[in-house]
Parts: sequence; C-alpha cells; structure tokens
Amino acid sequence: MEENNEILKDVDFWATNSEEGGWNISSTDEGSQKMLEDEDETTTKIQMGSEVIDDYFIQDDISDDERMILNMGPQHPSTHGVLRLQVELEGEVVRRVQPVIGYLHTGMEKTGEELNYFQGPTNTTRMDYLSPFFNELVFSLATESLLELEVPDRASTIRILMTELNRISSHLVALATGGMDIGALSMMIFGFRERELILDFFEKTTGLRMNHNYIRPGGVAADLPDNWQKDVEEILKIIPEKLKDYDEMLLDNPIWQGRLKNVGILTTEECLAYGVTGPSLRASGYAWDLRKMQPYSGIDKYEFDIPVFEEGDVFARWRIKVLEIFESLKIVQQAMENMPKGPYKIQDKKITPPPRKRLDESMEALIHHFKIYTEGFKVPEGQVYTTVESPRGELGCFIVSDGSSKPYRMHVRGPSFCNLQALPVVMSDSPIADAVAAIASLDPVLGDVDR
Amino acid sequence: MVENLDIKVDDYFQKVEELKNNGFEMMVDLTAVDWFRKKEPRFELVVNFLSVSKNKRVCIKVKLTDELSIPSITSLYPSANFYEREVFDMFGINFENHPDLTRILMPDDWVGHPLRKDYGTGRIPVQFKNAPKVD
Repeated sequence: MEENNEILKDVDFWATNSEEGGWNISSTDEGSQKMLEDEDETTTKIQMGSEVIDDYFIQDDISDDERMILNMGPQHPSTHGVLRLQVELEGEVVRRVQPVIGYLHTGMEKTGEELNYFQGPTNTTRMDYLSPFFNELVFSLATESLLELEVPDRASTIRILMTELNRISSHLVALATGGMDIGALSMMIFGFRERELILDFFEKTTGLRMNHNYIRPGGVAADLPDNWQKDVEEILKIIPEKLKDYDEMLLDNPIWQGRLKNVGILTTEECLAYGVTGPSLRASGYAWDLRKMQPYSGIDKYEFDIPVFEEGDVFARWRIKVLEIFESLKIVQQAMENMPKGPYKIQDKKITPPPRKRLDESMEALIHHFKIYTEGFKVPEGQVYTTVESPRGELGCFIVSDGSSKPYRMHVRGPSFCNLQALPVVMSDSPIADAVAAIASLDPVLGDVDR
Repeated sequence: MVENLDIKVDDYFQKVEELKNNGFEMMVDLTAVDWFRKKEPRFELVVNFLSVSKNKRVCIKVKLTDELSIPSITSLYPSANFYEREVFDMFGINFENHPDLTRILMPDDWVGHPLRKDYGTGRIPVQFKNAPKVD
C-alpha cells in the first residue's frame, strides 16, 4: 500500500495533489460564490428579485437575530437534482436567494467538439434528461440546416409524434415531482405511473427509456415498430382518463388551490426580462409558443391551441401543464392518423448509413458504411442557431462548422439555465414552504442547466 | 427571419440599447467562439435577441480586441447575467460593469478556461484504480 502512495506522489492530478496525497477538497469550497451578509446594492437587488419590478415588502420589525443565511441543497429532493440555493431568511420568510450551479457540469459542449455530427445526438440527448428527444431534434435540425437538407415527410411526422409524446412524459414528471414537493404524495405515484406507459413505447421504438439517440441528422434511426398504432391508441385512451383524476384530486381541491394561488408570481415583464420562456411565460399571460410562431418539422400543419393564463402564479403554471398535455395528445392523434408512408431517413448514403443487409451485396454500401462510422460526414462552413419549443421553453442549438466532420463549436441554449435566473423573483418575500412550491413550478432540469 | 449584424466592440452597448428600445424584449442566448490560429482577432461574441412582439430574431456578432473586454449588458437585459458569467468562465472574456463576474460552472479555483481551443481535453489524468482513500 505504501508503494502505491510513492507512485502517486509523482502523478499531477487535481483531486489528489495535496502533500499528504489525500483529496484536497478545501480549495473548492464555496469561495466567491458565497452569499455575504451585506452585498452591494446591485447584487442585493438581483438576489431579492427586485431588479425589474420592486414588489418586495420590507418588514422592519424583524431583528437581526432572526436573520440567517443557509444552504438548500445541493443534495435535497425538492431542488430537483443538484441545485444549490443560498437563502437569507428573516424568520420564516425568504429575503434573498443566490442560486449556485455547476454541480452536474460535465463539459458537454467541449465533448460536442470532439464528436462528429453522426455521433452528436448521443451527446446532446444527455443534457435535458427528461426531454431527450427535443435535444436530439434541435441538434439534428441545426445540422440539417447547415447541410440544406429536407428530411422525408415520414421522418418529420415520426419526429413530431415522438417529441410530443416526450412533452407529455416530461410534463407528467413535472406534475408528479411538483406534487410531491408540496405534499401530495399520491401525485408522485400517479404521474410516474402514467409516464411509464409512454416510456414503454419509447423503449419499444428506440430500445431505450431515456437517452435514445433516435432522432439523427437526416431522419430517425429506425422505423416505428409493428403495431405501433395500438400502443399510441392506448396512450391516447388512458392518459385523458387519468388526467381527470388529477383534476378531481387536486385542481378542484380547495386545500390545493389555497396552497398554490398567489404564490411565486411572475409577471410578463419579468419573464421577458429574465428570458423565461415556455409554460412559465404562457402562464404569465404571453401567448408565445415556437410551435406556432417559428414552426419546425412541419408542426404548423397540426391543429392545436396554446393555453394561456394571466395569473402567473404556481397554480397557473400547474394548470397550464395539464392543459398542454391535452394539446399534445391532439397532435399525437393527428400525427398517428396522417402518418405518411415512405422512407424514414433521407436516401443520401453519404449522410445516413445504408441498411445492414446491403453491406453483403454492394461494395458502395460497404464504403459508405465505413466512411460514416469512421470519419462521419462533412458539413459545409457556416453558423446556425436553431430553436425548438421544449417542455421548458426555447431550446436552441448554436453550431459553428469549419467544413470538417466535427462541429467547430457546439452550444446549447438550455431553457432551464435561463429560467433559473427568475428564481429570486419567485422565491423572495415568501415563506420557505412556498419557495419550494415555486422551484417545482419552474421545473428546472439540472442536466440542462449545467450541461 | 434571422438578421445577422457585425458590430464593433465600441458600438456594442449602444447597438444593444437600440435593439432594446426597438422592441427586442428578450436576450435569449449569449456565447462566444474561439478562432484559435484560424482567424484574427481570436474571440468572437455571439448574442441572440428575440422580439416576441414582432416575431423576429437578431444575431449580433462582435469581434473582440486583444484586451478581451466588452461592456456587460446585464443592466439592459437581466437575463444576460448567467450567460456572461458562463462566457467568462469558459473563455475568460471580461465583462465590464457586471455585478458579479465569477465562475459559474467550474470550481472557483479552477485554472484555465475549458472551452478555449488550446485547453486540451484529457490534460488531467483521472485515476480510477488505487485512488487514495478520503479520510
């Protein structure tokens, strides 16, 4: 054992470079991200969430003895992963909030520069792990826009079908975990029960429950399985019935309403200033949905509505997710009925690999297969920023290509990252129990925040 | 639908202010590109703005000078706060007058800026077997 330590002394790596050869963790302590007792005026304003609209109600009668700064998370179930919040409390009321992120940072944007375009979706799908299809879709759309490709109709329709099912499963998790944070424990079980139906269909189609790598540049990885209509019909039949149960259990429940109404209010103005998009923006009274405004994959052909609420509180953000599930079900229904026949990926063999059985017959197929799996395909020079409407808001992908088979720079605009900045607004000046409800209603996914 | 604008560093803040007054309510994305040994100047800042009222996007590209310093737009768009901290963390670009310019994703004592092209991956060896135990 001592010999081992001898060898280790010469190794220069960060975690063990202290003199004793142990883990040097003291240097990575909170450091400059620490919340101070007295910050300067601008920082205090940001931490109190009174930057845009100053609606903070100052209580003068609270003594300094009741004021304390403490940590929430990163290992806390109500922070939906590894979000750490430094909060200053006045008695039970949250005064200032400082989100500290980076605990799940794995350098995915750097990794994206090392992987070629064909391997890219394997990387991006791991960012927002609750809505992996959207991450794959936005990366594929960006690549296709650089290549100036049009994918076949069937591929587009499969993409819409899968992403909208994914929106349902993602919203179900948001409802389930949100319910659990507030104390409705049965909601947790209900939400995950219904999500299982959809994940089973994903597993049947893509082989995996999460991190599918199914939507790829040029189309999708595989065709839908036999009798897929049956599974989708079952989803379409069961989920609306179960959603009625949620309504009976929670939405019409006076305790639930009293708990969530007028809590964590975000106004339209604040949403726009902090870049908050998605259901949170629509719950604050602005009907902005990229599916309608800047459509992708032919989603403008489908008939659906955008639910909007004026209140901007936690209850509105909850209701809007339930209503959006119904709208997504409409799109799934239409996609199922109008599924076109034809190829599910483009037939350009320079971009999508040939089917396995062709490799035994054709020399060209073998060459194309070899080229795609070793080098990948080359993408012309250029820069592009594409967006899709993910369950959390605007998901963007910025790709810079230098003409090689790997992106020169790949950046993903995660909606959760931007929405987190509104946390001080929704949390400050409310009791700590309401603050937990407010975090849950913004539905942050930390994989998307830290990337 | 997307309008691309090339702006000089000196005009940057003024241009953003102009956009803000012309109905571009949201700053949706702010990032940088490192053109190491490919282009001069080396760093380029890319900022995406969205107007929800006009359904329009504007993409501003700023080529940074060697000082690697640019005015912060946090006072105009509060959403730029986290993005500027991320670019500072990942590229080492300084934003003047930013309220709290600290590292956001990497640990505070981290040396180097990971998304720069001369920051090699695999630079730090990771040992899995026989790692020393934590006391």
